Amino acid sequence: MTSEDMSKNNAAPNPKDAPAKASLIYDPKIRAWFYQILLLGGVLWFFSSIWGNLTANMARQNIRTGFGFLDNTSSFEIGFKLIEYDRSSTFGDALLVGFLNTMLVSVTGIFIATLLGFTIGIARLSSNWIIARLATVYIEIMRNIPLLLQMVFWYFGVLAVMPGVKQSIELPLYSVFNNRGLVTPAPQYSDNFSLVWIALVVALIVAFFVTRWAQKRQDETGKRPPAALINTGIIVGLPAIVWLAIGATLTFTIPVLRGFNYVDGIHIPPEFIALLWALILYTAAFIAEIVRAGILAVPTGQGEAAKSLGLSEKHRLRQVIIPQAMRVIVPPLTSQYLNLTKNSSLAVVIGYPDLVSVFMGTTLNQTGQAVEVVAITMTIYLALSLGTSAFMNWFNARIALTER
Amino acid sequence: MAKTTSNSSNSVSVVRSEMAPDMPPPIRTDGIVAWLRSNLFNSVSNSILTILSVLMIYYALSALIGYVVADAIWQGTTGTDCRVEGSGMCWPYIFNKLDFFIYGFYPDTEYWRPNIAFAIGAVLLFLLATPRIPGKMIWGFLFLIVYPVVTFFLINGGGFTGLVEVPTEKWGGLMLTLVVAVTGIVASFPLGILLALGRRSKMPMMRSVCVVFIELWRGVPLITVLFMASVMLPLFLPEGTNFDKLVRALVGVTLFTAAYTAEVVRGGLQAVDKGQYEAADALGLNYAQATTLIILPQALKMVIPGIVNNSISLFKDTTLVSIVGLVDILGAVRAASASQGWTAPTIPITGYFFAAAVFWVFTFAMSRYSQYMERQLDTGHKS
Repeated sequence: MTSEDMSKNNAAPNPKDAPAKASLIYDPKIRAWFYQILLLGGVLWFFSSIWGNLTANMARQNIRTGFGFLDNTSSFEIGFKLIEYDRSSTFGDALLVGFLNTMLVSVTGIFIATLLGFTIGIARLSSNWIIARLATVYIEIMRNIPLLLQMVFWYFGVLAVMPGVKQSIELPLYSVFNNRGLVTPAPQYSDNFSLVWIALVVALIVAFFVTRWAQKRQDETGKRPPAALINTGIIVGLPAIVWLAIGATLTFTIPVLRGFNYVDGIHIPPEFIALLWALILYTAAFIAEIVRAGILAVPTGQGEAAKSLGLSEKHRLRQVIIPQAMRVIVPPLTSQYLNLTKNSSLAVVIGYPDLVSVFMGTTLNQTGQAVEVVAITMTIYLALSLGTSAFMNWFNARIALTER
Repeated sequence: MAKTTSNSSNSVSVVRSEMAPDMPPPIRTDGIVAWLRSNLFNSVSNSILTILSVLMIYYALSALIGYVVADAIWQGTTGTDCRVEGSGMCWPYIFNKLDFFIYGFYPDTEYWRPNIAFAIGAVLLFLLATPRIPGKMIWGFLFLIVYPVVTFFLINGGGFTGLVEVPTEKWGGLMLTLVVAVTGIVASFPLGILLALGRRSKMPMMRSVCVVFIELWRGVPLITVLFMASVMLPLFLPEGTNFDKLVRALVGVTLFTAAYTAEVVRGGLQAVDKGQYEAADALGLNYAQATTLIILPQALKMVIPGIVNNSISLFKDTTLVSIVGLVDILGAVRAASASQGWTAPTIPITGYFFAAAVFWVFTFAMSRYSQYMERQLDTGHKS
């Protein structure tokens, strides 16, 4: 043994004293592989047996397979639609009609629920005791009653016992309300009116850039140009100028009672009203809680610091409190938006023709192709939800605290 | 003043020679007037808001009390008694249908069986949920494992129990709602924990299977899951096996809830301090020991409020089973409002008011409990 070997042996324990080389069973890597292969095998077995049963059962029950049915004539009518659709349309068209109806009620609901939710959330923090209590009572009642129950309450309990067509309730602006829904005046656009819409879109885009410019300018010089004023001017002015310049006309037809129903107006069915109303009231309660939590999450020192810097109340809110509160509010808010979209599927109960009602209901019954129909419907919702998650991750990364 | 200046040098001009007038007493800072002033009338706009809200509350409350109590019909035997112009709720309808709302089509001679099940459940839940009572492991074991089995045999009967068999088609009302909710919560709990552990695993395959499972169920509405369970589950199983409607719905509800439970538990796992994992490793505990003895007890304690919140959503979501043909409390109310002899314009609203009140009592109690636990668990160490 050389001295070198000796010193090595002194530094490290004698190989004979060291624990015996661990057996393969105790090697974490091998174990991990073993478990994973086991899991994979289990999953594969599960799916293959399901697939086997599925094909056998479907063959036995003479259920057709494949997505060819989407091109077949649907031969059913849909009461409420945003695009051209009739009995001779295909199941694929029905899917699109249902999807658009879902999106219509979701987007409208998200927009109004956000406004209502922010109002109630801020009201809950009001220094006015009664207002704060009222907001709390609203939230505690709405959150704790199932949405489906609220929906059937509004539809079967309230809207269904509204007066009939002949005794319609007259609302302002020539609208009428009865147990068949709401009828409002219908706008009649002249052919060149689309130019006004284009002008509006252009104005909105310009306003977006003006806001960015104003923000940049404020960051650089500390002075904020009157962006709100400029933007209002652009958004109102540009379409107005175009409107007057090309001489477009916009008239309204007033709904009149003829025969058994009102004609010449936009009919908003009671199903849509009940669904939207229930979704808004329910989701607004959740949004209010999120907003409240978000505002409370801003440390008091931030508000005090803003005050001691001499910022006015308006700037204190706009430049200090809200940007920090939004960081807490936006992620749960997005998931509430997603919840609202998913909850709109309850429409099937009151007969609003949304995606689930049209596709998982009527189409499934007519074609009997449960697997394909369920798969398509679930994929659509899944895509919406994953898209929202992706947006949320992007947004979180964008506004995440930059620690210096 | 003129006197002072002209006077001798021993009087100083800045010293008053007479008493200053009394200042008005300070505005009271306690008492009811001060409270009103600071909380309701501290500015013009707030005063206007206060007055408007008081008016609104007055009208809303008087309308509600009028509808539920004053203008309501209290006496009667059929729906025709409630056909009174301008009348409020139809209480005879609720008195008459109460058994149906609670037990559905369950035979009325056997009501004692679900009643006993309710009572046992309430006692066990109380023992489990009150922090001061010791022996949580025992109560947990009894409630999560023994109770569901006992309840099933008690309510279903048949077989060795010697009780009359009541098939699940006859279960209904509030009883069915509770069965679905409790089964969903209890059955999804272990599955949710496994999924959460799997999602935190270092094995890529394990992790991705769990992530896909969780995100799949969380991404779709419950109603599509229930539809899937009711139309596709029979196709997935070998020929000859047949589940009844209730079991299909329960499978759907359990899988759906497990995904949400998993996310809550994952939050708890992430909140356990890294040092705890390292300490467990340093003690030479293996994965199973470290998880069950060190990590999970801490993580699960932290997520009790989250689990309760999940249970609240699940409890509300049980109403959806009425869409796939089960008669839960909402289904019972809807079925009863179309029943013979009970047709009056106020009947549907009456039923929904009743169902809403029942749900509200349950969910409000749960949310209060969740807030209470949050305060109990708040050690004050949060920054």
